[in-house]
Amino acid sequence: MDTVIDVLLLAFLAICAVSILRLRDLFAMAMMFGLFSLISAGLFTTMHAPDVAFTEAAVGAGISTILILATLAQTARREQPVPTRSKWLPLAIVCVTGAALIYGTVDLPAFGDPAAPAHNHVAPYYLQESYNDIGIPNVVASILASYRGYDTLGEVVVVFSAVIGVLALLGLRARPPGIVAGPVRRLDHRAVLKVIAKLVVPVILLFALYVQFHGEYSPGGGFQAGVIFAAAIILYALVFGLDEARRVIKPQLLQRLPAIGVLIFGGVGLLTMLLGGNYLAYNALGENPQKAQQTGIILVEIGVGVTVASVMLLIYFTFAERGRGRKADEGDGGSSA
Amino acid sequence: MSFLAHYNYHLAIILAMIGLYTMISRTNLVKKVAGLNIFQVSVFILFISLGVLDGGTVPILKEGYSAYSNPLPHVLILTAIVVGVATTAVALALVVRIHEAYGTVEEDQVQAKDEEP
Amino acid sequence: MLPLIVVAPMLGAAVAALLPPGRLPWLWATAVSWFMLWAAVGLAAQVMDLGVLSYWMGGWAPPIGIEYRLDPANALLALLIALLAAVVLPFAGPSLAAEVPERKSPWLYAAMLLFLAGQMGISVTGDAFNVFVFLEISSLATYTLIGLGRNRRALTASFSYLIMGTVGATFFLIGVGLLYALTGTLNMADLAARLPDVAATRTVHTAYAFIVVGVCLKLALFPLHLWLPNAYTYAPSAVTALMAATATKVAIYVLIRFIYTVFGPSFAFGEMPTVQLLVPLAIVGLLSTSVVAIGQANIKRMLAYSSVAQIGYMVLGIGMATATGLTAALLHVFNHALMKGALFLALGCIAYRFGTTQIDTFRGLGRRMPWTMAAFVAGGLSLIGVPLTVGFISKWYLVSAAIELGWWPIVAVIIVGSLLAVIYIWRVVEVAYLQPAEDTTRCEAPLALLVPTWLLVGLNFWFGIDTRVTVGIAERAATLLFSTAAGGAP
Repeated sequence: MDTVIDVLLLAFLAICAVSILRLRDLFAMAMMFGLFSLISAGLFTTMHAPDVAFTEAAVGAGISTILILATLAQTARREQPVPTRSKWLPLAIVCVTGAALIYGTVDLPAFGDPAAPAHNHVAPYYLQESYNDIGIPNVVASILASYRGYDTLGEVVVVFSAVIGVLALLGLRARPPGIVAGPVRRLDHRAVLKVIAKLVVPVILLFALYVQFHGEYSPGGGFQAGVIFAAAIILYALVFGLDEARRVIKPQLLQRLPAIGVLIFGGVGLLTMLLGGNYLAYNALGENPQKAQQTGIILVEIGVGVTVASVMLLIYFTFAERGRGRKADEGDGGSSA
Repeated sequence: MSFLAHYNYHLAIILAMIGLYTMISRTNLVKKVAGLNIFQVSVFILFISLGVLDGGTVPILKEGYSAYSNPLPHVLILTAIVVGVATTAVALALVVRIHEAYGTVEEDQVQAKDEEP
Repeated sequence: MLPLIVVAPMLGAAVAALLPPGRLPWLWATAVSWFMLWAAVGLAAQVMDLGVLSYWMGGWAPPIGIEYRLDPANALLALLIALLAAVVLPFAGPSLAAEVPERKSPWLYAAMLLFLAGQMGISVTGDAFNVFVFLEISSLATYTLIGLGRNRRALTASFSYLIMGTVGATFFLIGVGLLYALTGTLNMADLAARLPDVAATRTVHTAYAFIVVGVCLKLALFPLHLWLPNAYTYAPSAVTALMAATATKVAIYVLIRFIYTVFGPSFAFGEMPTVQLLVPLAIVGLLSTSVVAIGQANIKRMLAYSSVAQIGYMVLGIGMATATGLTAALLHVFNHALMKGALFLALGCIAYRFGTTQIDTFRGLGRRMPWTMAAFVAGGLSLIGVPLTVGFISKWYLVSAAIELGWWPIVAVIIVGSLLAVIYIWRVVEVAYLQPAEDTTRCEAPLALLVPTWLLVGLNFWFGIDTRVTVGIAERAATLLFSTAAGGAP
């Protein structure tokens, strides 16, 4: 039964991927992209990886799709392929790479095999000892926030780098000459959307907080929480307009939050060094190792949540703000699409 | 027999190749970004497949369960997913700027404009 | 101290983003880079004393946790990155102020610090997945920095680099994943211990191939170098100088680390056709790009092609599979950073005055910007490999390694490469010194730009004359890398 579900999901994924390849209408392609993400989240769930599924759904079907749509709104709606372009070279590269990979999987352990090295070296330590060392049931959270916490710091810095990049490239205020901000588009004239949004946004925010703090006992954690929090505000922005949503958090504060989150996370590491331990060795934070580890993890996850939420929001606002631009001499028609 | 035991890996590889092909062969910059994402997500599926344990379950410790799937690939892929969206965000920011500067997001048209004196 | 050399620029970047626009982000970034240099010198001294430094992140022992591991090879690299940062960042202040709007300065310098954090993080870590994370940090920062160039072609250059770079990083990730599937670990030393048991499998061969291809994309080995010329040409001047001096070198280090420490020379050179692949590509790369460099009208672009050629030399050294060859490669990693750093800084001075680096701008520059052109000539001499410069030292070791192997045609190739360099450097020298300018006013670059440039030029000569430090570390590193081949406990 598991195999059947697996193969079915993979088949759907293949159909999505091929349609993304072939669709000329890019908005439809964006929808298929969101669908691809969602189905792969389902696949991750059947492969016993709900944390990953959670993140993939929030990030892929959520943020990535939104950004693609925001980009399409400012650029072109349809693809204009070149008919004479040769397809042989890409096909050749892809076939060689694919063949090499398939060749490489021949000697891999069978799918699910318990004797595989991956199940018998470092992983058993995490599964058997993490409750003693750290005391929380979600082993993924233990590894993410403590055992390999430094990688997670790197991950937060990657997210930070992304917002630096988007801000540096698209800026938050300046526009090219001759372009001014167009009217804000709102959907609150559609009563159903307005009512449902007002009901749903607080629930989403509460859920984000739940995911943040319950992430040690169930799938979740700083990343997922941050993205969900941002998603709630983005929903609000879509229905009630960008200006209203920007008033939720003061812009000066919002711009500073990503850096503050990074400093919280990195700061915990400096604190543990000052207290005599290694960098990010939470045991230095207290007498009882389990309590100390959990304290460290909570602090660090707050840093993650703050950075991720503020980054996703900032990136969305930046794209949306840039997309409002219209030529200064145009009437109030606003930009197309 | 071993072919069937590896079906998950092979299907993920095929998906990855579709993504890679989209990225290389299409000229529309937004489509390239989408193809890149598909390529990456398929690689993640491959990775997670490596960590699955037959008869195991989600690696959240609970009374009554003793066989868990490997949590380490989950952690790595979580990080990789976030890296992927960060790259996508910067890529799309570049696409927006390119459109403002060139008026198009088709790679061949952009190259043609660059070759004009 | 070991984690701080990476943590400082990471957290420093966060602080830089919080600072108001103006000079403050630049001054802060410069201060952080000088801290990094101080830390790097201290760590290098410790490594030469103790051999290998190991630091457990989070207090967890490897392979449970992430390990930072410093040996002479990456100590040399850390020193290199910190040194270039400490010299280029002071230069960057005035130079970037002229090329990037001031209101972007907090993000600009945050990106510079993130780039440095990423490069340093790749260099000192002992965990294969950690390499991927920091590779992406530095890559994202690079895409941003290139995209800030004035010309709109900077945007397309950055986008192309983004696509190719991400594919390379994903290939690297695939390779690491396959290795994990067969060994269960991500720690490099642990991988080295466990790989020999499974090395004969097709999976490990494929993993090796994907890792090598992914890294070669980042180090711009021919024919995977297509992103480099545009990226270097259109990025802001100070960014190009820093990138040219560090990014590809770190990638070369990763290649060396995986070939020698993780997989081991007997596997990499015995079972896999590494030599047969790397050496021909290196040779074709260095000859073809040197020839292309000669025809370039934009001197920045000319130096970009020259960089690809020089990378060919480094890969040639690696491909020789001997300790001397590896020493030569490591030396050239360090020395090329000094050479190209100086050359690109000199170009940065010219860009500061004229806003362009087309060869016509160089007419009569020998008289109008004497110090800048002298710096360019000095860098050029080093590139060619004239005695008393660092370039000579690298070429000497490379030729010795080739003679040791009896590869006489390769010796000829190396010499031809130098001759081609003479041609493209002479082109510039001729225009600058022998052609009269229409406007003969002196317009030397400001002192703030000249001092860092000449500092690098001076180092070219210093390390060319007193080679004890660089050769000492390089030889020590090469010996260590060969002796701790797969199977031996490092």
